[in-house]
Amino acid sequence: MAHPSAGHFPAVIRFVDVHKSYRVDGRDIPALQPFSLDIVDGEVFGIIGLSGAGKSTLIRLINLLERPSGGRIFVGGTEMTALAEPALRAQRRRIGMIFQHFNLLASQTVADNVAFPLRLAGERDAGALRARVDELLARVGLGAHADKYPSQLSGGQKQRVGIARALANRPSILLCDEATSALDPQTTASVLELLAEINRELKLTIVLITHEMDVVRRVCDRVAVLDAGAIVERGAVADVFLHPQHPTTKRFVNEALPEEAASELAPFARVSGRILRLSFRGDATLSPSLSRVARETGVEFNLLAGRIDRIKELPYGQLTLAMQGERVDAALATLREAGIEIEELHR
Amino acid sequence: MSPLQRLFPNIDDWGELGRACLDTLLMLGGSLALTVLIGLPLGVLLYLTGKGQLRPMPKLYAITSLLVNILRSVPFIILMIVLMPLTYALVGTKLGIRGAIPPLVIGAAPFFARLVETALREVQQGVIEASQAMGASLWQIVRHVLLPEARAGIAAGVTVTAIALVGYTAMGGAIGSGGLGDLAYRYGYLSYKSDYMLVTVVLLVVLVQVLQMIGDRIVARFGRH
Repeated sequence: MAHPSAGHFPAVIRFVDVHKSYRVDGRDIPALQPFSLDIVDGEVFGIIGLSGAGKSTLIRLINLLERPSGGRIFVGGTEMTALAEPALRAQRRRIGMIFQHFNLLASQTVADNVAFPLRLAGERDAGALRARVDELLARVGLGAHADKYPSQLSGGQKQRVGIARALANRPSILLCDEATSALDPQTTASVLELLAEINRELKLTIVLITHEMDVVRRVCDRVAVLDAGAIVERGAVADVFLHPQHPTTKRFVNEALPEEAASELAPFARVSGRILRLSFRGDATLSPSLSRVARETGVEFNLLAGRIDRIKELPYGQLTLAMQGERVDAALATLREAGIEIEELHR
Repeated sequence: MSPLQRLFPNIDDWGELGRACLDTLLMLGGSLALTVLIGLPLGVLLYLTGKGQLRPMPKLYAITSLLVNILRSVPFIILMIVLMPLTYALVGTKLGIRGAIPPLVIGAAPFFARLVETALREVQQGVIEASQAMGASLWQIVRHVLLPEARAGIAAGVTVTAIALVGYTAMGGAIGSGGLGDLAYRYGYLSYKSDYMLVTVVLLVVLVQVLQMIGDRIVARFGRH
């Protein structure tokens, strides 16, 4: 699958030389180093970083919950940083946002929470409100919970209410602020599935921040890695995930692949042969290249670690193996021709 | 002699006692309504202009806060006397229910405003941020987020204020505002008719109990979710 990248698609969110610092006790504490970034229409863009890296500041710059110290921010062609208060409020209605702790109104029912942004936007007609709320709750699978209060729901259900609320005004952009960080793994998976579905069906651009590489792997098209207020790496998720460059990125990828991390620490010296990491993407994952090459060249391989999974919809595989034999180089050349990426970890 | 007379030999006019009860209730109701009407916006103002809040205005906050503290630190009986010229200017009398209401409100509104401010501070910052992200204006946030979310705390504040007002009305009796406090003071204290004292105290205790019960029920209802 081709990944959208800046240049080929229109940027729906554009940061131009933006930086942000906070004034604390008369001193400027930098939160985000100057950066420029384009997020294109219809993609799911992930921003990953440790806590304190500046990711929650970055996502809040988009709807100007945080004002930049310098630079310009465009959303859908409108320069957000140039807007006066009323115009800014109107723009914010076109950008949905969901939060780690859901931030629902505890005093209102599920239905009233979802109707809230519609009422803020001036909708008064009870029938129209009810119809839209029912439609939204059905989309997030909470049709039966309209009259409950948030405290009666599970975390995953609360986040679904948050998503329904964020979609109420038919936004073109959805911002997700650590939306799954307070959820257990199964609930996280189902919420991410819902986000992916929304992205597909409503053609909504999604920007999400997270500290989990697994979230990025499951739903994002592109990713930026934030470290101490600077974007240290960015690109298509498959590239960043399979070939991380920056130490911080490598750490995130290793967290998502614990068995891979373990194999890098394994006593390779005790294994004879060349230690290789083979990465397969897309169709390459599905063809039996490895056994064919082994048969043809007579090399032997010993599997040390491996995984087959998906990066969003893209199937991929990664195998760490020890290879020995007289024609290893020829074998590797053939594998590369078949579209398999090879890294040599140890010789 | 009826048993009632044997028990309370000095109380010859139960009607007077009934009227005093009604006066106390009227003073309480009137002053509580005005206190909420003035104290609620004042509490919202204190909250909004506070440090790190939605519209921080350090100077305005400092002035309002000082005024509130001054009014809260003057003992009510003294406040009532000090305010007499103002009371007269406002309602044309210093006596009776009408004369009691201005000092009661001026004494209780700052107290209630602080309770409102505290209740509003309990509202999750995240909920406010979410409504800002939805494009809510300041007024919409106050009206549709802050006040509904803080309603349990505000109801508790109204209860506490109402009970404080019961005490204030009783004090007011000493300087001519009528009501149960007036009876207790004139008959019970000045004329040594201790059965009057006993009956008024019992009535005041019952009143406070009833107020607390109603308040608790409302708070529980609001706070359930």
